[in-house]
Amino acid sequence: MSKIEEQSKGRKEGEIRYLTPLNIETNTKKKYCRFKRSGIKYVDYKDADFLLNFVNEQGKLLPRRLTGTSLKYQRKVSVAVKRARHLALMPYVADMLK
Amino acid sequence: MNHYETVFILNPVLSEDQIKEAVKKFESLLSEQGAKFVNKEDWGLKKLAYPIQNKKSGFYHLLEYTVAGEAIDPLEVAFRRDERVMRYLTVKLDKHAIAWAEKRAKKLKANANA
Repeated sequence: MSKIEEQSKGRKEGEIRYLTPLNIETNTKKKYCRFKRSGIKYVDYKDADFLLNFVNEQGKLLPRRLTGTSLKYQRKVSVAVKRARHLALMPYVADMLK
Repeated sequence: MNHYETVFILNPVLSEDQIKEAVKKFESLLSEQGAKFVNKEDWGLKKLAYPIQNKKSGFYHLLEYTVAGEAIDPLEVAFRRDERVMRYLTVKLDKHAIAWAEKRAKKLKANANA
């Protein structure tokens, strides 16, 4: 009962009241740089299917916070993707690329 | 003698011997400059990710070679002038790239004859 009273005390008009407090625990697994871990030193612009992992559905480059790659390899990935796009191995703009 | 790698796309409407002749032209142009070829690949007719000169596919060729730096500019001029070539990209390979290229060539040869 105390929880409901607590919420009802601090209640403003139209505020959604929950019986139990929401605890969405997002299991943040540690992000790691796949290049450092697997020891890849060069990102090849020729194999497009490997580069697809670093691109979203529209063909845009994914940011580091999503892929977890370190800055040094993110730059190599971006250079490789741009070269692949130049050679029409990867599209500049795509829909449902995956 | 730097290590370079060139990938270029030829027009799909070309006939077989025109393609051979075009590739031979660039190879001879390079070997005149004293280039030593490390690897040559022909990816054949591939679908392009987006239309170039409103063509949907193209013949991809890869040349990996070592040459003096001055030979690259005339090569690029030749690429730009040749109408058969739709697109080209010359890349200088650093030591990591060279190691990767060797590994890749070995892998391709392995599953080629496997």
